Parts: sequence; structure tokens; C-alpha cells
Amino acid sequence: MTETDELAQNAPAADSDSALSTQADISGEIAGTSADYERAGRDETQPRLDYAPYRSSLLRHPTKDLHHADPETIELFAPVFGHRDVGAPESDLTIHHTGEPVGERIVVTGRVLDGDGRPVRHQLVEIWQANAAGRYIHKRDQHPAPIDPNFTGVGRTLTDGDGHYTFSTIKPGPYPWKNHYNAWRPAHIHFSLFGTEFTQRMITQMYFPGDPLFALDPIYQAIVDPKARERLVATYDHDVTQHEWATGYHWDIVLTGTHRTPMEEEEVQA
Amino acid sequence: MTLPPTPGQTIGPFYGYALPYPGDSELVPVSDPDAIRLHGTVYDGAGNPVPDALLEIWQADRDGTVARAEGSLERDGWTFTGWGRAAVDGNGHYSFTTVLPGATEPGAAPFFAMTVFARGLLNRLFTRAYPPLDEAALAQDALLQSLPEDRRRTLVATADEQGYRFDVRLQGDDETVFLQFPGA
Repeated sequence: MTETDELAQNAPAADSDSALSTQADISGEIAGTSADYERAGRDETQPRLDYAPYRSSLLRHPTKDLHHADPETIELFAPVFGHRDVGAPESDLTIHHTGEPVGERIVVTGRVLDGDGRPVRHQLVEIWQANAAGRYIHKRDQHPAPIDPNFTGVGRTLTDGDGHYTFSTIKPGPYPWKNHYNAWRPAHIHFSLFGTEFTQRMITQMYFPGDPLFALDPIYQAIVDPKARERLVATYDHDVTQHEWATGYHWDIVLTGTHRTPMEEEEVQA
Repeated sequence: MTLPPTPGQTIGPFYGYALPYPGDSELVPVSDPDAIRLHGTVYDGAGNPVPDALLEIWQADRDGTVARAEGSLERDGWTFTGWGRAAVDGNGHYSFTTVLPGATEPGAAPFFAMTVFARGLLNRLFTRAYPPLDEAALAQDALLQSLPEDRRRTLVATADEQGYRFDVRLQGDDETVFLQFPGA
């Protein structure tokens, strides 16, 4: 076999970074899955792992069913973070450099709750995001949009005693990516969250209301249930908006349920 | 009251300047007399290494106690926090410096609880890495018992010169067993 044959054989649809598909192809696939889902009448709350319109998922999703397991011992607890880990200035992404970052200053606030509606107290929340022009401070980001020397786009905070978190930042811009030809991600902020149990660990993305790119984005649409994916969209909240300073968004995060028994709970509180 | 959970999303390609931090993968200093290495490679369904994955482990201390101490992000070299994070390198390889977890209950098989994130992976995956030490305890372990032999071995690390090797296969014949917890 010649090298060219080999390349041809090894370059099926799974060539994840190729820009062979059009937006119409991707949108057609999204619509097909969506119609199947509506017919099936199920209630999914999480993204599909196997979601072909997101090309990079083709070789990276498990093909076997996830194995049902009861959490045991260590899995019933979560790591503890505190003020030794996180300093107060880390929640304001606009003050990490000498100058003011460019863009629309925003405040994002909300609560982290468990599946029973209880606040997740004093726990770590990490965020990262593109700048106002849609550019990440990352060596792999080749998008020819300007880097802002006054904006890194990384923040951390601890929730308070009632599960509240607050970040001050800049509204990120949308940016192009290589999933298909003329592919653009809706503006988003990445959130990394811990609960009170290992089983609640999650990473997700917060979006902004009314983004025209929602319908076109295979990562957002991988959550095939419309109600479920809307849970990733923050709400504009004028009570969070600060006079002559920043507009405000509200976004609550609900982690999956907890599994500890009341006796184990007492041990943790003790 | 039960609230519907917020969906997960992929970690994407650009976590590298945000989530890793100095000392993230060193749960103990390399100089700790009990230090071992837990390492391996993350593979995709074509058998190629995944160069943009991030792994986290959460484990009991060497005596089986569950750490309740802060300080994972600012390690002091003395406090065991039980938690660590490791981004893979360009070859898809990750490495933690840690100690072997002790049994949390008499006779229980200790394991590293592991979370896997990657570009192309739309939600995090949970798994367990069991050190191959106490055969009797492994044979009694409820999760391992519930798996056929060829699946079971994907959760058991193998000893090597510096510690233990645990590869993660996202897809394929030797696909790692990934876990779904109730209510998730």
C-alpha cells in the first residue's frame, strides 16, 4: 500500500479538525437528531456523548453504556478548598493587569445548588473565557483577533455560606473554530464546579441570552432537550447591573443529587 | 424538592492557561518516602493519544482517612489534601505524584476516584483506578464483581518501576469502564 492510499484510508469522517462539512450539513444533522429526540419522548438532562455534528466527539465518546455504580467511600466526599487556595481579587477578572480591559464590563452572579436545592457552601468555582474580541490567551488559539494585554480571562472564587458566587469580567466575544466551514461558537464562559461529593464534579459553559449562534452550534445542541440546554443560558438581571459601571447577569447552577446518608452527613458537619 | 441538573459541556481546547497550576499533580512531594507515581496515557477510539485531556484524582490518605484539609491549589508540602489535577502532555501522557490510598474500611479495596475531561468529550467521565495490591479485597469489591473479566481489568492499574500505570481508553475494544452514579 502506498502512503497516499494509507492516508486516504485513514482519513474518514473522523478527521475531526477538517473543515469539510458546511453549516447546512451540520444544521441538517442537528435537526435530524432533534426530531428523533422529540419522537422518542424521553427526558434527557445532559449532553449526548455521541454527537456526530461535534466532529471531535467521534473518536472520543465511549461506545459502551456507562456502568451504573453506587458511590462508595471516597466518592461520597469532595475535596475541600478555602482561602488558602483562593484570594478575593481572583473573582474580578478586570483588575489583573495595570490597565482596564477592553469590552463590556459585566457582573455574573448566582448560586451553586445540589439536586435537592441545598446551597453548596464554601466551594471552589473556576472560570475561563475569551476576551471581548473572541480571543483566548492560549498558544493554540490562532484566531486573528486582538489579544488584550489587560485581560487574561481566568477567575476563581469560593461560594459563600449560602452558595452564592460573583465574578466581575468582560463579556466574551464569539469566535470561529474548525468543526466545519464557517463554524462559530456562541459567546460563553467556561465554569468548573465542585459539589459536596465527588460524583457532582462538573465542567460546563454559561451562555448569554438571545445569542443568534445557538441554533448553529453543535456543542450547545449536543444537549438535545431544549429545556435542558436553556439551563446554560444566563438571565439579564437589572438588579445585578451596577449604576454607571457594569451590566449584570444571573445564572444558577444545579449539581446532580447527593448520596450521603444522614449519618455520613453528620460526620462531615462534625 | 428535586431540581433538574445543569448540563455539562466539553472542557474545550483552551483550559490549559486556566486550570493547571504549579504543583497540581503533586499530592505529595516526590521526596516523600511513600511517594508513588500514578501515570498513563489517554487514547481515543483510533488508538491515538489524546493530547488535550485533563484528569483529576481524589483519594484517601495512606491510612485510609478522607482528607478534609484545604490547600490543594497552594500546596505547603506537608498537608495531604487528597486531590490533584494533571493535564496530559503532547503525547497524551499524564502523571501524578501521590501515595497509595489506604482502605477506608477494613477489607475494602482502595482506589483512586478519577474524572476525565477532554476536548471532544461532551461531558466529564468518572472512573476508578484500583492499585493491583490486595487480590482478596479486589475479588470482594462490589464494582469489580459486577463486571466481566475483560472489562474489570480496565480498572486495575499495573505496577511498574515508579508506581502504577493506568491508561484511559475513551473508546474501542479495551474501552475503560466509565461510571454513572444514581441521580446523575
